[in-house]
Amino acid sequence: MILRGRCHVFGDQVDTDALAPGPYMRKPLPELASHCLEAVDPRFAREVQRGDIVVAGRGFGIGSSREQAVQALLHLGVAAVVATSFARIFYRNALNLGLPALACPALVVRAGDELEVRPQQGEIENLSQGTRFACEPIPAPLLAVVAAGGLMPWLEARLAARRGA
Amino acid sequence: MAGATLAEKILARASGQPRVRPGQIVTCAVDLLMMHDSGGPRRVAQRLAQLGARVWDPEKVVVVSDHFVPATDLDGAEILALTRRWAREQGVRHYDGVGICHVVLQEHGHVQPGMFCVGGDSHSPSGGAAGAYMVGVGATEVTGVLVTGEIWIKVPQTLRIDCAGRLGAGVSAKDVMLHLCARLGMNNDAFVVEYAGEAVAALSMSERLVLCNMAAELGAETGLVAPDATTLAALSEAGRPFAGDAGAWRSDDDARFDARVVVDAAALPPQVAAPHSPAHSDSVECAPRGVRIDQAYIGACTGAKLSDLRMAAAVLAGRKVAAGTRLLIAPASTAMTAQAAAEGTLATLTEAGAILLPTGCGACAGMGAGMLAAGETCIASTARNFKGRMGSAEAQVWLGSPYTVAASAVKGRIADPREFLA
Ligand code: SF4
Repeated sequence: MILRGRCHVFGDQVDTDALAPGPYMRKPLPELASHCLEAVDPRFAREVQRGDIVVAGRGFGIGSSREQAVQALLHLGVAAVVATSFARIFYRNALNLGLPALACPALVVRAGDELEVRPQQGEIENLSQGTRFACEPIPAPLLAVVAAGGLMPWLEARLAARRGA
Repeated sequence: MAGATLAEKILARASGQPRVRPGQIVTCAVDLLMMHDSGGPRRVAQRLAQLGARVWDPEKVVVVSDHFVPATDLDGAEILALTRRWAREQGVRHYDGVGICHVVLQEHGHVQPGMFCVGGDSHSPSGGAAGAYMVGVGATEVTGVLVTGEIWIKVPQTLRIDCAGRLGAGVSAKDVMLHLCARLGMNNDAFVVEYAGEAVAALSMSERLVLCNMAAELGAETGLVAPDATTLAALSEAGRPFAGDAGAWRSDDDARFDARVVVDAAALPPQVAAPHSPAHSDSVECAPRGVRIDQAYIGACTGAKLSDLRMAAAVLAGRKVAAGTRLLIAPASTAMTAQAAAEGTLATLTEAGAILLPTGCGACAGMGAGMLAAGETCIASTARNFKGRMGSAEAQVWLGSPYTVAASAVKGRIADPREFLA
Protein backbone atom coordinates (compact mmCIF):
# COMPACT_ATOMS: atom_id res chain seq x y z
CA MET A 1 0.00 0.00 0.00
CA ILE A 2 1.45 3.35 -1.09
CA LEU A 3 -0.49 6.57 -0.53
CA ARG A 4 0.41 9.89 -2.06
CA GLY A 5 -1.32 13.15 -1.18
CA ARG A 6 -1.24 16.78 -0.21
CA CYS A 7 -1.23 17.45 3.50
CA HIS A 8 -3.44 19.56 5.77
CA VAL A 9 -1.69 20.45 9.01
CA PHE A 10 -3.37 20.71 12.44
CA GLY A 11 -2.07 21.27 15.97
CA ASP A 12 -2.18 19.21 19.19
CA GLN A 13 -5.26 17.59 20.78
CA VAL A 14 -7.62 17.67 17.82
CA ASP A 15 -10.63 16.08 19.55
CA THR A 16 -13.54 13.91 18.42
CA ASP A 17 -16.03 16.73 19.02
CA ALA A 18 -14.16 18.70 16.35
CA LEU A 19 -14.06 15.67 14.02
CA ALA A 20 -17.69 14.62 14.54
CA PRO A 21 -19.63 17.40 16.34
CA GLY A 22 -22.33 16.21 18.76
CA PRO A 23 -25.17 18.34 17.38
CA TYR A 24 -24.90 16.45 14.04
CA MET A 25 -24.34 12.98 15.48
CA ARG A 26 -27.86 11.72 14.76
CA LYS A 27 -27.64 12.94 11.14
CA PRO A 28 -26.56 10.84 8.16
CA LEU A 29 -22.79 10.66 7.56
CA PRO A 30 -22.58 13.08 4.59
CA GLU A 31 -24.19 15.83 6.67
CA LEU A 32 -22.03 15.07 9.71
CA ALA A 33 -18.88 14.98 7.56
CA SER A 34 -19.64 18.44 6.12
CA HIS A 35 -19.05 19.78 9.67
CA CYS A 36 -15.85 17.77 10.24
CA LEU A 37 -13.17 19.95 11.90
CA GLU A 38 -15.19 23.14 11.39
CA ALA A 39 -14.52 24.25 14.97
CA VAL A 40 -10.78 24.24 14.15
CA ASP A 41 -10.74 25.13 10.45
CA PRO A 42 -14.12 26.08 8.91
CA ARG A 43 -12.76 25.65 5.35
CA PHE A 44 -11.38 22.12 5.76
CA ALA A 45 -14.46 20.06 4.84
CA ARG A 46 -15.00 22.17 1.70
CA GLU A 47 -11.41 22.23 0.53
CA VAL A 48 -10.11 18.75 1.31
CA GLN A 49 -9.68 16.55 -1.76
CA ARG A 50 -9.77 12.81 -2.21
CA GLY A 51 -6.36 11.35 -1.35
CA ASP A 52 -5.29 14.23 0.92
CA ILE A 53 -3.45 13.46 4.14
CA VAL A 54 -4.17 14.95 7.57
CA VAL A 55 -1.10 15.75 9.66
CA ALA A 56 -1.40 16.71 13.33
CA GLY A 57 0.39 17.00 16.65
CA ARG A 58 -0.08 15.10 19.90
CA GLY A 59 -3.21 13.30 21.04
CA PHE A 60 -5.08 13.28 17.73
CA GLY A 61 -8.65 12.01 18.22
CA ILE A 62 -8.85 12.51 22.00
CA GLY A 63 -12.33 12.27 23.47
CA SER A 64 -15.26 10.12 22.47
CA SER A 65 -15.28 6.55 21.14
CA ARG A 66 -17.49 7.64 18.22
CA GLU A 67 -16.30 6.04 15.02
CA GLN A 68 -17.91 8.82 13.00
CA ALA A 69 -14.72 10.75 13.81
CA VAL A 70 -12.93 8.29 11.49
CA GLN A 71 -15.82 7.85 9.07
CA ALA A 72 -16.15 11.60 8.52
CA LEU A 73 -12.51 11.73 7.42
CA LEU A 74 -12.97 8.67 5.19
CA HIS A 75 -16.13 10.18 3.70
CA LEU A 76 -14.24 13.36 2.83
CA GLY A 77 -11.63 11.24 1.04
CA VAL A 78 -8.79 11.58 3.55
CA ALA A 79 -6.31 8.79 2.73
CA ALA A 80 -4.28 8.72 5.95
CA VAL A 81 -3.69 10.53 9.23
CA VAL A 82 -0.17 11.12 10.49
CA ALA A 83 0.25 12.53 14.00
CA THR A 84 2.88 12.91 16.69
CA SER A 85 0.64 10.65 18.80
CA PHE A 86 -2.94 9.39 18.85
CA ALA A 87 -5.66 8.97 21.45
CA ARG A 88 -5.97 5.23 22.02
CA ILE A 89 -9.57 4.65 20.90
CA PHE A 90 -9.23 6.79 17.77
CA TYR A 91 -6.09 4.91 16.76
CA ARG A 92 -7.78 1.51 17.04
CA ASN A 93 -10.93 2.79 15.33
CA ALA A 94 -8.98 4.26 12.41
CA LEU A 95 -7.06 1.08 11.61
CA ASN A 96 -10.14 -1.10 12.22
CA LEU A 97 -12.06 0.97 9.68
CA GLY A 98 -9.27 1.00 7.11
CA LEU A 99 -7.96 4.55 7.64
CA PRO A 100 -4.17 4.29 7.98
CA ALA A 101 -3.03 6.11 11.15
CA LEU A 102 0.68 6.53 11.68
CA ALA A 103 2.47 7.96 14.69
CA CYS A 104 5.49 9.86 13.42
CA PRO A 105 6.91 12.25 16.04
CA ALA A 106 9.86 13.21 13.80
CA LEU A 107 7.82 14.33 10.78
CA VAL A 108 8.50 17.84 9.48
CA VAL A 109 5.96 19.30 7.03
CA ARG A 110 4.48 22.52 5.76
CA ALA A 111 0.81 22.79 4.87
CA GLY A 112 0.32 21.70 1.27
CA ASP A 113 3.45 19.52 1.08
CA GLU A 114 3.13 16.37 -1.01
CA LEU A 115 3.67 13.22 1.08
CA GLU A 116 4.12 9.57 0.23
CA VAL A 117 3.01 7.22 3.00
CA ARG A 118 3.77 3.50 3.23
CA PRO A 119 1.72 2.30 6.24
CA GLN A 120 2.89 -1.31 6.36
CA GLN A 121 6.55 -0.34 6.14
CA GLY A 122 6.02 2.57 8.54
CA GLU A 123 7.67 5.11 6.25
CA ILE A 124 6.79 8.62 5.15
CA GLU A 125 8.51 10.63 2.45
CA ASN A 126 8.01 14.36 2.16
CA LEU A 127 8.25 14.68 -1.61
CA SER A 128 8.10 18.49 -1.51
CA GLN A 129 11.11 18.74 0.80
CA GLY A 130 12.97 15.58 -0.18
CA THR A 131 13.01 14.20 3.36
CA ARG A 132 12.16 10.77 4.76
CA PHE A 133 10.86 9.71 8.20
CA ALA A 134 10.32 6.46 10.10
CA CYS A 135 7.00 5.93 11.93
CA GLU A 136 6.31 3.98 15.10
CA PRO A 137 5.44 0.37 14.28
CA ILE A 138 1.77 -0.66 14.21
CA PRO A 139 1.02 -3.39 16.85
CA ALA A 140 0.95 -6.87 15.29
CA PRO A 141 -2.80 -7.57 15.78
CA LEU A 142 -3.65 -4.29 14.05
CA LEU A 143 -1.20 -4.93 11.24
CA ALA A 144 -3.10 -8.16 10.54
CA VAL A 145 -6.34 -6.14 10.49
CA VAL A 146 -4.82 -3.56 8.13
CA ALA A 147 -3.61 -6.37 5.84
CA ALA A 148 -7.15 -7.80 5.77
CA GLY A 149 -8.56 -4.37 4.83
CA GLY A 150 -10.16 -3.59 8.19
CA LEU A 151 -11.76 -5.40 11.11
CA MET A 152 -14.94 -6.38 9.24
CA PRO A 153 -13.09 -8.26 6.46
CA TRP A 154 -10.80 -9.72 9.16
CA LEU A 155 -13.85 -10.99 11.10
CA GLU A 156 -15.37 -12.40 7.90
CA ALA A 157 -12.19 -14.34 7.18
CA ARG A 158 -12.06 -15.61 10.75
CA LEU A 159 -15.69 -16.73 10.70
CA ALA A 160 -15.21 -18.41 7.30
CA ALA A 161 -12.21 -20.30 8.65
CA ARG A 162 -14.22 -21.38 11.70
CA ARG A 163 -17.12 -22.60 9.55
CA GLY A 164 -14.73 -24.41 7.23
CA ALA A 165 -13.01 -26.15 10.15
CA MET B 1 10.85 -10.65 41.04
CA ALA B 2 8.69 -7.63 41.80
CA GLY B 3 5.01 -8.17 42.49
CA ALA B 4 2.20 -7.48 40.05
CA THR B 5 -0.03 -4.42 39.80
CA LEU B 6 -3.82 -4.72 39.96
CA ALA B 7 -4.11 -4.07 36.22
CA GLU B 8 -1.54 -6.78 35.44
CA LYS B 9 -3.38 -9.26 37.65
CA ILE B 10 -6.69 -8.68 35.90
CA LEU B 11 -5.15 -8.87 32.42
CA ALA B 12 -3.26 -12.04 33.34
CA ARG B 13 -6.47 -13.70 34.54
CA ALA B 14 -8.47 -12.54 31.49
CA SER B 15 -5.80 -13.73 29.06
CA GLY B 16 -5.10 -17.01 30.84
CA GLN B 17 -1.44 -16.20 31.49
CA PRO B 18 0.40 -16.68 34.77
CA ARG B 19 1.82 -13.17 34.48
CA VAL B 20 1.80 -10.27 32.02
CA ARG B 21 4.23 -7.39 31.52
CA PRO B 22 3.83 -3.85 30.18
CA GLY B 23 4.23 -3.77 26.42
CA GLN B 24 3.07 -7.37 25.93
CA ILE B 25 0.07 -7.87 23.65
CA VAL B 26 -2.54 -10.26 25.05
CA THR B 27 -5.95 -11.49 23.97
CA CYS B 28 -8.49 -11.15 26.78
CA ALA B 29 -11.82 -12.91 27.28
CA VAL B 30 -14.52 -10.33 27.92
CA ASP B 31 -16.64 -10.73 31.10
CA LEU B 32 -19.04 -7.89 30.30
CA LEU B 33 -19.76 -5.80 27.20
CA MET B 34 -21.69 -2.52 27.54
CA MET B 35 -23.06 -0.48 24.66
CA HIS B 36 -25.38 2.51 24.39
CA ASP B 37 -27.92 3.81 21.90
CA SER B 38 -25.46 6.06 20.04
CA GLY B 39 -22.66 3.57 19.41
CA GLY B 40 -24.56 0.31 19.96
CA PRO B 41 -27.25 -1.58 18.01
CA ARG B 42 -27.68 1.34 15.61
CA ARG B 43 -24.09 0.73 14.48
CA VAL B 44 -23.54 -2.99 15.10
CA ALA B 45 -26.85 -4.65 14.13
CA GLN B 46 -26.21 -4.42 10.41
CA ARG B 47 -22.61 -5.51 10.77
CA LEU B 48 -23.59 -8.61 12.74
CA ALA B 49 -26.23 -9.43 10.13
CA GLN B 50 -23.67 -8.95 7.36
CA LEU B 51 -21.35 -11.40 9.12
CA GLY B 52 -24.20 -13.82 9.72
CA ALA B 53 -23.00 -14.00 13.33
CA ARG B 54 -24.80 -14.16 16.66
CA VAL B 55 -23.96 -12.58 20.00
CA TRP B 56 -21.33 -14.81 21.61
CA ASP B 57 -22.98 -14.73 25.04
CA PRO B 58 -26.19 -12.66 25.59
CA GLU B 59 -25.73 -13.02 29.37
CA LYS B 60 -22.58 -10.89 29.15
CA VAL B 61 -24.06 -8.02 27.14
CA VAL B 62 -25.81 -4.96 28.60
CA VAL B 63 -27.40 -2.23 26.46
CA VAL B 64 -28.22 1.17 27.96
CA SER B 65 -30.19 3.83 26.10
CA ASP B 66 -29.06 7.23 27.34
CA HIS B 67 -27.62 9.44 24.59
CA PHE B 68 -30.84 10.22 22.67
CA VAL B 69 -33.13 9.76 25.68
CA PRO B 70 -35.82 10.97 25.64
CA ALA B 71 -36.16 11.44 21.88
CA THR B 72 -36.25 15.10 20.87
CA ASP B 73 -36.68 14.47 17.16
CA LEU B 74 -37.57 11.74 14.71
CA ASP B 75 -33.94 10.67 14.08
CA GLY B 76 -33.46 10.07 17.80
CA ALA B 77 -36.81 8.28 18.14
CA GLU B 78 -35.89 5.87 15.33
CA ILE B 79 -32.49 5.14 16.88
CA LEU B 80 -34.16 4.36 20.21
CA ALA B 81 -36.77 2.13 18.56
CA LEU B 82 -34.06 0.19 16.72
CA THR B 83 -32.12 -0.22 19.98
CA ARG B 84 -35.21 -1.61 21.74
CA ARG B 85 -35.97 -4.05 18.92
CA TRP B 86 -32.43 -5.34 18.66
CA ALA B 87 -32.03 -5.87 22.42
CA ARG B 88 -35.29 -7.84 22.50
CA GLU B 89 -34.34 -9.99 19.50
CA GLN B 90 -30.93 -10.80 20.94
CA GLY B 91 -32.24 -11.44 24.44
CA VAL B 92 -29.77 -9.06 26.08
CA ARG B 93 -30.38 -6.89 29.14
CA HIS B 94 -31.60 -3.42 28.16
CA TYR B 95 -31.92 -0.41 30.45
CA ASP B 96 -34.15 1.89 28.46
CA GLY B 97 -34.04 5.50 29.57
CA VAL B 98 -33.46 4.90 33.28
CA GLY B 99 -30.03 6.45 33.51
CA ILE B 100 -26.61 7.14 32.01
CA CYS B 101 -24.78 3.95 31.06
CA HIS B 102 -21.78 4.12 33.42
CA VAL B 103 -23.99 5.06 36.35
CA VAL B 104 -26.57 2.36 35.55
CA LEU B 105 -23.86 -0.34 35.44
CA GLN B 106 -22.65 0.73 38.87
CA GLU B 107 -26.14 1.15 40.33
CA HIS B 108 -27.03 -2.41 39.36
CA GLY B 109 -23.70 -3.95 40.35
CA HIS B 110 -22.90 -5.31 36.89
CA VAL B 111 -19.19 -4.53 37.16
CA GLN B 112 -17.40 -6.64 39.78
CA PRO B 113 -13.85 -6.73 41.15
CA GLY B 114 -11.33 -8.45 38.89
CA MET B 115 -13.57 -8.42 35.82
CA PHE B 116 -12.30 -7.55 32.37
CA CYS B 117 -14.96 -5.39 30.68
CA VAL B 118 -15.37 -3.54 27.41
CA GLY B 119 -17.66 -0.59 26.77
CA GLY B 120 -18.67 1.12 23.56
CA ASP B 121 -18.00 4.51 25.12
CA SER B 122 -14.88 6.46 25.96
CA HIS B 123 -15.85 6.90 29.62
CA SER B 124 -15.99 3.13 30.13
CA PRO B 125 -13.02 3.39 32.53
CA SER B 126 -15.77 4.33 35.03
CA GLY B 127 -16.08 0.59 35.68
CA GLY B 128 -12.69 0.77 37.40
CA ALA B 129 -14.45 2.17 40.48
CA ALA B 130 -15.45 -1.43 41.27
CA GLY B 131 -11.90 -2.73 40.80
CA ALA B 132 -12.50 -4.00 37.25
CA TYR B 133 -10.44 -3.32 34.13
CA MET B 134 -12.84 -1.67 31.72
CA VAL B 135 -11.80 -0.13 28.40
CA GLY B 136 -13.66 1.94 25.85
CA VAL B 137 -13.70 0.99 22.16
CA GLY B 138 -15.49 2.04 18.98
CA ALA B 139 -18.46 0.31 17.35
CA THR B 140 -16.44 -1.88 14.98
CA GLU B 141 -14.50 -3.37 17.88
CA VAL B 142 -17.77 -3.78 19.79
CA THR B 143 -18.88 -5.87 16.81
CA GLY B 144 -15.65 -7.86 17.08
CA VAL B 145 -16.30 -8.56 20.77
CA LEU B 146 -19.94 -9.48 20.08
CA VAL B 147 -18.73 -12.10 17.58
CA THR B 148 -15.63 -13.45 19.32
CA GLY B 149 -16.02 -12.56 23.02
CA GLU B 150 -12.38 -11.44 22.93
CA ILE B 151 -10.23 -8.38 22.35
CA TRP B 152 -6.48 -7.68 22.19
CA ILE B 153 -4.86 -5.34 24.68
CA LYS B 154 -1.34 -4.01 24.92
CA VAL B 155 -0.55 -4.31 28.62
CA PRO B 156 -0.10 -0.72 29.82
CA GLN B 157 2.35 0.61 32.36
CA THR B 158 0.77 1.49 35.70
CA LEU B 159 0.68 5.07 36.89
CA ARG B 160 -0.10 5.07 40.59
CA ILE B 161 -1.73 8.19 41.98
CA ASP B 162 -1.65 8.51 45.76
CA CYS B 163 -4.07 11.05 47.20
CA ALA B 164 -2.69 11.97 50.60
CA GLY B 165 -4.92 13.39 53.34
CA ARG B 166 -8.66 14.03 53.08
CA LEU B 167 -10.34 16.39 50.64
CA GLY B 168 -11.48 19.64 52.26
CA ALA B 169 -15.07 20.92 52.46
CA GLY B 170 -16.42 21.91 49.04
CA VAL B 171 -13.75 19.85 47.23
CA SER B 172 -14.55 16.65 45.36
CA ALA B 173 -13.19 13.91 43.10
CA LYS B 174 -13.91 16.18 40.15
CA ASP B 175 -11.43 18.72 41.49
CA VAL B 176 -8.79 16.00 41.85
CA MET B 177 -9.28 15.04 38.19
CA LEU B 178 -9.22 18.59 36.84
CA HIS B 179 -6.03 19.18 38.80
CA LEU B 180 -4.52 15.98 37.35
CA CYS B 181 -5.54 16.94 33.79
CA ALA B 182 -3.64 20.21 34.16
CA ARG B 183 -0.68 18.54 35.83
CA LEU B 184 -0.29 15.40 33.70
CA GLY B 185 -1.81 16.53 30.41
CA MET B 186 -4.05 14.42 28.20
CA ASN B 187 -1.55 12.15 26.45
CA ASN B 188 -1.03 9.43 29.04
CA ASP B 189 -1.99 6.62 26.67
CA ALA B 190 0.86 4.36 27.80
CA PHE B 191 -0.70 4.11 31.26
CA VAL B 192 -3.47 2.61 33.28
CA VAL B 193 -4.09 4.84 36.29
CA GLU B 194 -4.51 3.31 39.74
CA TYR B 195 -5.87 5.65 42.41
CA ALA B 196 -5.06 5.04 46.07
CA GLY B 197 -4.43 6.81 49.33
CA GLU B 198 -6.41 8.13 52.28
CA ALA B 199 -8.60 10.48 50.22
CA VAL B 200 -9.60 7.70 47.82
CA ALA B 201 -10.33 5.26 50.64
CA ALA B 202 -12.71 7.85 52.11
CA LEU B 203 -14.62 8.36 48.84
CA SER B 204 -18.00 6.85 47.98
CA MET B 205 -18.45 4.65 44.90
CA SER B 206 -20.03 7.60 43.07
CA GLU B 207 -16.94 9.71 43.68
CA ARG B 208 -14.58 6.86 42.73
CA LEU B 209 -16.53 6.61 39.51
CA VAL B 210 -15.50 10.19 38.73
CA LEU B 211 -11.81 9.38 39.28
CA CYS B 212 -11.96 6.42 36.91
CA ASN B 213 -14.34 8.07 34.41
CA MET B 214 -11.98 10.98 33.87
CA ALA B 215 -9.00 8.70 33.30
CA ALA B 216 -10.35 9.17 29.77
CA GLU B 217 -9.48 12.87 29.98
CA LEU B 218 -5.93 11.93 30.98
CA GLY B 219 -5.85 9.91 27.77
CA ALA B 220 -5.10 6.80 29.85
CA GLU B 221 -5.99 3.23 28.89
CA THR B 222 -8.31 3.08 31.91
CA GLY B 223 -8.55 3.86 35.63
CA LEU B 224 -8.80 1.59 38.68
CA VAL B 225 -9.48 1.64 42.40
CA ALA B 226 -8.74 -1.57 44.31
CA PRO B 227 -11.91 -2.98 45.91
CA ASP B 228 -12.41 -2.48 49.64
CA ALA B 229 -15.25 -2.56 52.19
CA THR B 230 -16.96 0.38 50.43
CA THR B 231 -16.95 -1.55 47.13
CA LEU B 232 -18.33 -4.72 48.68
CA ALA B 233 -21.07 -2.86 50.56
CA ALA B 234 -22.17 -1.11 47.37
CA LEU B 235 -22.34 -4.38 45.43
CA SER B 236 -24.40 -6.01 48.17
CA GLU B 237 -26.73 -3.04 48.22
CA ALA B 238 -27.07 -3.27 44.43
CA GLY B 239 -28.26 -6.85 44.85
CA ARG B 240 -25.18 -8.45 43.28
CA PRO B 241 -22.87 -9.22 46.20
CA PHE B 242 -19.30 -10.12 45.20
CA ALA B 243 -18.69 -13.83 45.64
CA GLY B 244 -14.92 -13.90 45.06
CA ASP B 245 -11.94 -12.94 47.16
CA ALA B 246 -11.73 -9.15 46.98
CA GLY B 247 -8.30 -9.21 48.61
CA ALA B 248 -6.89 -10.88 45.49
CA TRP B 249 -7.63 -7.76 43.45
CA ARG B 250 -5.06 -5.28 44.68
CA SER B 251 -1.53 -4.38 43.65
CA ASP B 252 1.10 -6.39 45.50
CA ASP B 253 2.99 -4.48 48.18
CA ASP B 254 6.18 -4.95 46.17
CA ALA B 255 4.57 -4.18 42.78
CA ARG B 256 6.63 -1.99 40.48
CA PHE B 257 4.78 1.15 39.38
CA ASP B 258 6.17 2.69 36.22
CA ALA B 259 5.25 6.16 37.41
CA ARG B 260 3.98 7.63 40.68
CA VAL B 261 2.30 10.90 41.49
CA VAL B 262 1.24 12.22 44.88
CA VAL B 263 -1.70 14.61 45.20
CA ASP B 264 -1.91 16.64 48.38
CA ALA B 265 -5.67 16.14 48.67
CA ALA B 266 -6.00 18.04 51.95
CA ALA B 267 -4.53 21.20 50.40
CA LEU B 268 -6.35 21.00 47.05
CA PRO B 269 -8.63 23.99 46.36
CA PRO B 270 -11.69 23.71 44.06
CA GLN B 271 -10.63 23.69 40.40
CA VAL B 272 -12.14 25.09 37.23
CA ALA B 273 -11.15 24.28 33.65
CA ALA B 274 -11.16 27.17 31.18
CA PRO B 275 -12.47 26.63 27.62
CA HIS B 276 -11.80 24.40 25.62
CA SER B 277 -9.95 21.66 27.50
CA PRO B 278 -10.00 19.91 30.88
CA ALA B 279 -6.23 20.43 30.85
CA HIS B 280 -6.81 24.20 31.15
CA SER B 281 -7.57 23.72 34.83
CA ASP B 282 -6.44 25.79 37.76
CA SER B 283 -7.60 26.77 41.22
CA VAL B 284 -10.96 28.58 41.22
CA GLU B 285 -9.12 31.39 43.05
CA CYS B 286 -7.22 32.07 39.82
CA ALA B 287 -10.32 32.17 37.58
CA PRO B 288 -11.16 35.54 36.08
CA ARG B 289 -13.76 37.25 38.27
CA GLY B 290 -15.66 38.94 35.49
CA VAL B 291 -16.86 35.99 33.41
CA ARG B 292 -20.67 36.15 33.24
CA ILE B 293 -22.40 32.75 33.30
CA ASP B 294 -25.41 32.31 31.00
CA GLN B 295 -25.93 28.65 31.82
CA ALA B 296 -24.87 26.47 34.72
CA TYR B 297 -25.26 22.78 33.89
CA ILE B 298 -25.30 19.94 36.39
CA GLY B 299 -25.45 16.80 34.31
CA ALA B 300 -23.63 13.73 32.95
CA CYS B 301 -22.25 10.51 34.40
CA THR B 302 -19.39 12.57 35.82
CA GLY B 303 -21.52 15.22 37.51
CA ALA B 304 -25.18 14.45 38.21
CA LYS B 305 -25.30 11.41 40.46
CA LEU B 306 -27.12 11.59 43.80
CA SER B 307 -23.87 12.61 45.52
CA ASP B 308 -23.48 15.42 42.97
CA LEU B 309 -27.07 16.61 43.46
CA ARG B 310 -26.39 16.73 47.21
CA MET B 311 -23.24 18.81 46.64
CA ALA B 312 -25.28 21.28 44.60
CA ALA B 313 -28.03 21.33 47.23
CA ALA B 314 -25.53 22.07 50.00
CA VAL B 315 -24.62 25.28 48.17
CA LEU B 316 -28.12 26.18 46.94
CA ALA B 317 -30.05 25.66 50.19
CA GLY B 318 -31.94 28.89 50.95
CA ARG B 319 -30.39 30.68 47.93
CA LYS B 320 -31.54 31.67 44.45
CA VAL B 321 -29.98 31.39 41.04
CA ALA B 322 -28.76 34.82 39.86
CA ALA B 323 -30.94 36.85 37.50
CA GLY B 324 -29.74 36.37 33.93
CA THR B 325 -28.29 32.92 34.69
CA ARG B 326 -30.13 29.64 34.15
CA LEU B 327 -29.33 26.50 36.15
CA LEU B 328 -30.13 23.22 34.38
CA ILE B 329 -30.02 19.90 36.23
CA ALA B 330 -30.28 16.51 34.51
CA PRO B 331 -29.99 13.76 37.16
CA ALA B 332 -27.89 10.73 36.12
CA SER B 333 -30.58 8.11 36.78
CA THR B 334 -34.28 7.86 37.52
CA ALA B 335 -33.59 5.94 40.74
CA MET B 336 -31.36 8.78 41.90
CA THR B 337 -34.04 11.33 40.96
CA ALA B 338 -36.53 9.39 43.08
CA GLN B 339 -34.13 9.24 46.01
CA ALA B 340 -33.33 12.97 45.68
CA ALA B 341 -37.06 13.70 45.67
CA ALA B 342 -37.74 11.51 48.70
CA GLU B 343 -35.00 13.08 50.81
CA GLY B 344 -35.78 16.67 49.84
CA THR B 345 -32.64 17.34 47.81
CA LEU B 346 -34.67 17.92 44.66
CA ALA B 347 -36.89 20.51 46.36
CA THR B 348 -33.81 22.45 47.49
CA LEU B 349 -32.64 22.57 43.88
CA THR B 350 -35.96 23.57 42.35
CA GLU B 351 -36.68 26.16 45.07
CA ALA B 352 -33.39 27.80 44.13
CA GLY B 353 -34.79 28.15 40.62
CA ALA B 354 -33.15 25.18 38.89
CA ILE B 355 -34.77 23.80 35.74
CA LEU B 356 -35.10 20.04 36.08
CA LEU B 357 -34.29 18.12 32.87
CA PRO B 358 -34.86 14.48 31.93
CA THR B 359 -32.33 11.84 32.87
CA GLY B 360 -29.90 11.09 30.08
CA CYS B 361 -26.71 12.39 28.46
CA GLY B 362 -28.57 15.54 27.48
CA ALA B 363 -26.44 18.56 26.75
CA CYS B 364 -23.18 16.88 27.86
CA ALA B 365 -22.56 15.68 24.32
CA GLY B 366 -24.71 18.30 22.62
CA MET B 367 -27.48 15.80 21.95
CA GLY B 368 -30.30 16.75 24.30
CA ALA B 369 -31.85 19.72 26.08
CA GLY B 370 -29.55 22.51 27.18
CA MET B 371 -27.48 23.26 24.08
CA LEU B 372 -25.59 26.53 23.89
CA ALA B 373 -25.88 29.41 21.42
CA ALA B 374 -22.93 31.28 19.89
CA GLY B 375 -21.39 33.71 22.36
CA GLU B 376 -22.87 32.04 25.45
CA THR B 377 -20.84 31.01 28.46
CA CYS B 378 -21.57 27.88 30.48
CA ILE B 379 -20.05 26.22 33.53
CA ALA B 380 -20.74 22.47 33.62
CA SER B 381 -20.15 19.53 35.93
CA THR B 382 -19.46 17.30 32.88
CA ALA B 383 -16.11 15.70 32.02
CA ARG B 384 -15.06 17.57 28.88
CA ASN B 385 -15.41 21.04 27.42
CA PHE B 386 -14.10 20.60 23.90
CA LYS B 387 -15.05 23.32 21.46
CA GLY B 388 -18.53 22.79 20.00
CA ARG B 389 -19.35 19.79 22.22
CA MET B 390 -22.36 21.35 23.99
CA GLY B 391 -23.71 23.23 20.97
CA SER B 392 -22.23 26.19 19.11
CA ALA B 393 -18.48 26.16 18.45
CA GLU B 394 -18.66 29.84 19.44
CA ALA B 395 -19.82 28.99 22.98
CA GLN B 396 -17.44 28.98 25.97
CA VAL B 397 -17.64 26.08 28.41
CA TRP B 398 -15.93 25.97 31.80
CA LEU B 399 -15.82 22.86 33.97
CA GLY B 400 -16.14 22.57 37.71
CA SER B 401 -17.49 20.32 40.46
CA PRO B 402 -21.23 20.38 41.24
CA TYR B 403 -20.34 22.60 44.24
CA THR B 404 -18.59 25.10 42.00
CA VAL B 405 -21.27 25.02 39.29
CA ALA B 406 -23.98 25.67 41.90
CA ALA B 407 -21.98 28.50 43.51
CA SER B 408 -21.43 30.04 40.08
CA ALA B 409 -25.16 29.82 39.35
CA VAL B 410 -25.90 31.80 42.52
CA LYS B 411 -23.33 34.48 41.76
CA GLY B 412 -23.92 34.59 38.01
CA ARG B 413 -20.16 34.35 37.54
CA ILE B 414 -17.47 31.84 38.40
CA ALA B 415 -17.45 31.47 42.18
CA ASP B 416 -15.59 29.59 44.92
CA PRO B 417 -18.11 27.27 46.63
CA ARG B 418 -16.28 27.42 49.94
CA GLU B 419 -17.79 30.87 50.61
CA PHE B 420 -21.21 29.20 50.63
CA LEU B 421 -20.32 26.26 52.83
CA ALA B 422 -18.71 28.07 55.76
S1 SF4 C 1 -23.17 11.82 30.17
FE1 SF4 C 1 -21.69 12.66 28.72
S2 SF4 C 1 -19.74 11.70 29.26
FE2 SF4 C 1 -21.36 10.50 30.25
S3 SF4 C 1 -21.82 8.82 28.82
FE3 SF4 C 1 -23.25 10.50 28.37
S4 SF4 C 1 -22.25 11.72 26.76
FE4 SF4 C 1 -20.68 10.41 27.68
